[in-house]
Amino acid sequence: MNGAQDLGGQMGFGPIELEENEPNFHAKWEERAFAVTLAMGATGSWTLDASRFARESLPQVTYLTSSYYEIWTRGLEKLVLSNGLVTEEELKQGRKLEAAKPVKRVLSADAVAGVLAKGAPVDREEHQPARFRVGDKVHTRRMNPEHHTRLPRYARDAVGTIEAIHGVHVFPDTNAHGEGEQPTWLYGVLFKGTDIWGPDSDPKLSLRIDLWEPYLDLAR
Amino acid sequence: MSAHEHDHSHDHDHSELSEIELRVRALETLLTEKGYIDPPALDELIETYETKIGPKNGARVVARAWADADYRDRLLKDATSAIAEFGFTGRQGEHMVAVENTDQTHNMVVCTLCSCYPWTVLGLPPVWYKSAPYRSRAVRDPRGVLDEFGVKLPDDTEVRVWDSTAEIRYLVIPKRPAGTDGWSEERLADLVTRNSMIGTGLALDPSELEDAA
Repeated sequence: MNGAQDLGGQMGFGPIELEENEPNFHAKWEERAFAVTLAMGATGSWTLDASRFARESLPQVTYLTSSYYEIWTRGLEKLVLSNGLVTEEELKQGRKLEAAKPVKRVLSADAVAGVLAKGAPVDREEHQPARFRVGDKVHTRRMNPEHHTRLPRYARDAVGTIEAIHGVHVFPDTNAHGEGEQPTWLYGVLFKGTDIWGPDSDPKLSLRIDLWEPYLDLAR
Repeated sequence: MSAHEHDHSHDHDHSELSEIELRVRALETLLTEKGYIDPPALDELIETYETKIGPKNGARVVARAWADADYRDRLLKDATSAIAEFGFTGRQGEHMVAVENTDQTHNMVVCTLCSCYPWTVLGLPPVWYKSAPYRSRAVRDPRGVLDEFGVKLPDDTEVRVWDSTAEIRYLVIPKRPAGTDGWSEERLADLVTRNSMIGTGLALDPSELEDAA
């Protein structure tokens, strides 16, 4: 979706704020927001793609004026509500009023190391050959879906070159919305800076973007 | 000053806790009461990223790539398995790619759509990496961004920006500083900064290391 998260190429955000010896967390609540989000993810109630969509579909003003872990918290509130794990009233009161809904698993302290070390790989078995080869010129689709997608706006309707074939990966556009993994080929695509930003671009700039097959056509 | 510090100036009328603190506390309490989360597991998650998983991991990988040509080749060919040789595997590092800086090429990593970052080797991303100024500008004006980080590249250096749009996570192998011939991996690792592995910095010069000590 064309939400506030899609920031590539936007202007007017000012200088980058750097912080010496930055801590991982700037307050206790950030630690808790981080850990609650990861632990809820471990219940298997939604996909990583769905959690990204929950954050990016926040109102643009909210997204842009909230700190990072505030965005995570607001996203998590949406996810627990939309998945029926809590009710609006429970969230408002901050206490349990109704029986819990069964979840696939509850992360225990002694399982944390193993779960993190295993991760959640998204590569899947190939069932059909890749449509493109390294060196092929491809044209990214012109599209403006309201659903989750990982083709940034700045890279739409642009010509690039296939540089790497990463294998078959879970497709976020469907996986974010309960429509299954629908794994498809993932490519590393090279774009010249001038092909993205026009003739004023730094001529020595190039971009690499990982893109799924449904985002691409052979360039004419 | 970071964004949350601004937030602290509000909402002190009824309680010492800010609105977001109350919100997070309510959420954690509710989800615990419902049995979906177990507080000791939360403590363990925090502890892990505070003490076990951070940029020191990546620095060991880079130092070995500098010291051992065979390892460097393995890392460039299949970073996921080469990094797993150290036991650094899993969440937000399931599919790793290493990219190498040279005299001709400088690599820099961003996630314009969210905050994708190689946790297994760098830990959790700093606030600037997740912020709108960096995410918006890194892809369009990387030299301007590098300037703010105090990094000046020759005009003829190609800048390659990697936008982490999928689950591939990128580790930059910075250029090995001159004057480090024969150094052990342990000493070399001290030269590898977090930012040098994102591409918004360079590895330290040995003289900078002495300054820091």
